[in-house]
Amino acid sequence: MQDALFYIFAFLTLVFGFLVIANPFSRNPVTSAMFLVLTIVSLAGLFVLLHAFFLAAVQVLVYAGAVMVLFLFVIMLLDLKAEERRKIKTLGILGGLVSVGAILVIFLSSLLRAPLGASNSPALEGGTVRLGKLLFTEYLLPFEIVSVLLLVAMVGVVLLSKKDLK
Amino acid sequence: MSVGLEHYLVVSVLLFCLGLLGVIVRRNLLVIYMSLELMLNAANLALVAFSRFTNNLDGQVFVFFTITVAAAEVAVGLALIVALYRKRQTAHVEDLTTLKL
Repeated sequence: MQDALFYIFAFLTLVFGFLVIANPFSRNPVTSAMFLVLTIVSLAGLFVLLHAFFLAAVQVLVYAGAVMVLFLFVIMLLDLKAEERRKIKTLGILGGLVSVGAILVIFLSSLLRAPLGASNSPALEGGTVRLGKLLFTEYLLPFEIVSVLLLVAMVGVVLLSKKDLK
Repeated sequence: MSVGLEHYLVVSVLLFCLGLLGVIVRRNLLVIYMSLELMLNAANLALVAFSRFTNNLDGQVFVFFTITVAAAEVAVGLALIVALYRKRQTAHVEDLTTLKL
């Protein structure tokens, strides 16, 4: 049952991911954003299969919720209708495919050779309690630094979106 | 054959390559940005898979931080794109040739 679910979610993730970057029916950024939402939701399904329940919830809340709303808002703000008329250069596609294929070969061959000393019967549960305990004891300093980082990002965004950028 | 670490890593690698292909091939700044998010998510999937199959929760904490930093990064990046659009009226990488000789 779990194996079947893995294959379903993995297939959905890859198909939706492909549709984000190359949709044969539409070149509109809004469709890309919508398929990115679907990709993220199926990735959350994979996280659930890995027993990372808290991260799956965070993935849906933060990515599919907040980040994608931001994306759609900016797409709406910029009104990118003129982008659809352009043609993609074949040379660019060819170069991209070759370089990405080379990287894929490197990744997969190193994956084949790597001694993955993993136990076949994992027992780890990524529940909220254990993650929270770890986060507030061992990783307390990075946690606080991240809050400062969010503040810095917020100030930066406010500064960047001021009307007269100096 | 039951699903193991390798299966998740293969999915992660494929997703990463899809994102990289999007960054190289697409010419719209926003779609390039979405492809970057795809690559980040592929790395997250690999981290969570390693965390699960090596019985170590540190990977999941790292993914938590990655998601937070990615949210901040998206906010700043989109603000930059909006500022750029205000100045140049374009979100297309081929129109941004100020650094070209």
